[in-house]
Amino acid sequence: MKDAFGLPQSLLVLGGTSEIALATARRLIARRTRTVWLAGRSSPALEEAAEGLRRLGADVRTADFDALDPDSHESALGKVFAEGDIDLVLLAFGILGDQAEDERTPARAVRVAQTNYTGAVSAGLVAAGALQAQGHGSLVVLSSVAGERARRADFIYGSSKAGLDAFAQGLGDALHGTGVHVMVVRPGSVERPQTPFATTPEAIATAIELGLRRRAETVWVPGVLRVVMAALRHTPRALFRRLPA
Amino acid sequence: MSGDTVSVIRPRTHEEAAVAVRACGARGVVARGGPDRALGDAARNAGGAVLDMTGLDRVHVVDAAEGIVLCDAGLGLHRLAELLLPLGWSVPAFPAARHVTVGGAIGADLHGCAPDAAGSFSRHVVALELLTADGEVRAVRPDSELFGATAGGLGLTGVILTATVRLLPVETAYLTVGTERAADLDDLLARLAAPGTGRPHGYAAARIDLTARGAATGRAVLTRAGHAPRAALRGAVPRARRRPLSPRALQLLPPVGPLGSLVPAGIRYLAAPRAHPGRLRHLSVFRHPLDTVSLGGRCYGRLGRVRYQFAVGHGQEEALHRIVRRVADRRCPSARAVLQRLGAAGPGWLSCAVPGWSLALDLPVALPGLAAFLDGLDEEVAAAGGRVGLARDCRLRPDLLTAMYPRATDFRALRARLDPRGVFISDLARRLAL
Ligand SMILES: Cc1cc2nc3c(=O)[nH]c(=O)nc-3n(C[C@H](O)[C@H](O)[C@H](O)COP(=O)(O)OP(=O)(O)OC[C@H]3O[C@@H](n4cnc5c(N)ncnc54)[C@H](O)[C@@H]3O)c2cc1C
Ligand SMILES: NC(=O)c1ccc[n+]([C@@H]2O[C@H](COP(=O)([O-])OP(=O)(O)OC[C@H]3O[C@@H](n4cnc5c(N)ncnc54)[C@H](OP(=O)(O)O)[C@@H]3O)[C@@H](O)[C@H]2O)c1
Repeated sequence: MKDAFGLPQSLLVLGGTSEIALATARRLIARRTRTVWLAGRSSPALEEAAEGLRRLGADVRTADFDALDPDSHESALGKVFAEGDIDLVLLAFGILGDQAEDERTPARAVRVAQTNYTGAVSAGLVAAGALQAQGHGSLVVLSSVAGERARRADFIYGSSKAGLDAFAQGLGDALHGTGVHVMVVRPGSVERPQTPFATTPEAIATAIELGLRRRAETVWVPGVLRVVMAALRHTPRALFRRLPA
Repeated sequence: MSGDTVSVIRPRTHEEAAVAVRACGARGVVARGGPDRALGDAARNAGGAVLDMTGLDRVHVVDAAEGIVLCDAGLGLHRLAELLLPLGWSVPAFPAARHVTVGGAIGADLHGCAPDAAGSFSRHVVALELLTADGEVRAVRPDSELFGATAGGLGLTGVILTATVRLLPVETAYLTVGTERAADLDDLLARLAAPGTGRPHGYAAARIDLTARGAATGRAVLTRAGHAPRAALRGAVPRARRRPLSPRALQLLPPVGPLGSLVPAGIRYLAAPRAHPGRLRHLSVFRHPLDTVSLGGRCYGRLGRVRYQFAVGHGQEEALHRIVRRVADRRCPSARAVLQRLGAAGPGWLSCAVPGWSLALDLPVALPGLAAFLDGLDEEVAAAGGRVGLARDCRLRPDLLTAMYPRATDFRALRARLDPRGVFISDLARRLAL
């Protein structure tokens, strides 16, 4: 059960090795979180991530989950929810792809779309259904600033995130008033710290904690991106094309 | 928390309540005394069912000679008082929290503000009927284990259907209300502990001025009130003399008084008379300091506020000092604090009433770092052997529960025996694994 500050006691991470998700889990364990489920494709990295969180005192379990296999989502997440209420589901899986390579090999581009968008649609709906049945909880969706406006440099990834973002917003509206809260998080880049508006997993974790307390619907990290992207969204195409990547 | 999906059922008879309990789904049921006042999560049940008890509000038997009433649990204390006053009886723990229902007063073991004489509400309960998980109705007597678990048990042992309550005799429907200023916390504690404060059903509560720091930390306006004896009405308004027990409607006071609760504590302190011996107020217009604290909720922003209430025993004044100082040092203009002295311990296993001091704080949720700050206060309270009250709680650190409530283990064991399927469950029970 979340407390008055929106701090969850149990957490389910979809994409259990995600750096951002693990930073968030560490932050929440320092607060109220005692139970953590890391769902992902089973790998030594997943076990290692679980072990790392256990050292912080949480009860951590792993679950098999593959975004590319939507047919399995119902049973995979069903097993987790059968063990007890989940206060927070963090939808963190996603792949960046390689724009140049993906343009040459459409099948690879489709994998990006299937992971980031269709996989998330399926997992998001399953999670939302389970949360609605328990009558409370938050679904936090890691979107990206790249989804706000497609750019030459990463429009395959960007378009998949745009789809995810629109889906999550609609889902949030659909669940409004049911006690389930959906929060869309749009971080800048973690990978390239030298770019403007770069961020860190820890900063994203802080923003998520604050967003939970405020029951925010959209969170930008860093926060100034909200204004920057509002301007960029209205920049004429001819000019937008010429902006540095 | 707010807006969780629940189905609210409002039973009109005991049978309807029993049917609702038997038919509740996998996410269980909990009783609720009235409208959701959204401070704590004890009367909430996300995804499950809530029994709104206000439909069960009949008075069954009044023994006007002995001062005993048998009534339904959904009856509001103000309604009960209205009915009994003309007969010369008053309700325990009244007039603080007048909107509270009889069931809610037992479920939260309402500690009145009448220190030594009266104690918490459950001490005045002679018997109650409890609808348990198996759909049976049990008669529960104060000497039983089930009573200990039910008083202050937050609705987790079952649904209280009726209660037999011992009343307090009064001669008039008037209170003598006096106010005085206390220059700092020590002065305040001394005044609250002074003999006379504890005379039969006298109330004393102080609104602390949290804007005062340094030597003045803890300065407060203390309100004392006691039921006026008949003799006190001499020379008062003629109407009062003619009908000393006139009932008048004791309905709820308006949510925010004309200005009342919005006046900052600093100004309130300076505006209060240094000492006011007391004047007569009819019960219907007496406003308890706690009422003004809780009901002036509009200045806390969209996220609202948290109620933090705790009790520490006598001899733990040092801890009380530290906590008041810490809160004052946070410099939160909209914070409010009310201090009361508690009398005898409540009979409930999870009752917060211990002989000592009770401090109720209201703080805005949006205050940065408040979650961690209150966690710190939890530790301070636990170290002092105190308890954080559960009735309005929405954030207590679960690992400190057994330290504060040694009988929590017994409570869990009794629940496992009485309610193996976990029919009675609330958000609070989930959060604190009760
Ligand atoms: C303005 C104000 C002043 C207050 N002053 C004081 C004070 O001076 N001293 C003090 O101790 N507290 C005080 N409180 C807190 C008070 O004790 C609780 O708010 C009170 O218990 C609420 O009663 P309710 O009828 O609204 O019940 P609820 O808040 O609905 O329920 C309280 C608990 O009792 C349970 N319950 C309710 N009815 C039943 C039933 N029929 N059977 C079984 N369980 C039931 C609920 O499940 C819940 O756990 C105050 C609160 C407010 C808002
Ligand atoms: N990093 C950034 O700069 C940035 C910026 C904005 C938004 N985001 C978004 O934030 C999220 C997390 O980012 P991150 O940097 O923490 O990512 P990360 O460390 O690269 O982790 C990505 C996670 O997704 C999982 N995953 C990929 N494909 C999967 C599949 N088919 N099934 C199940 N899980 C799969 C990975 O699991 P495996 O270990 O099994 O591969 C890994 O756990 C992503 O959605 C990302 O798009 C990131």
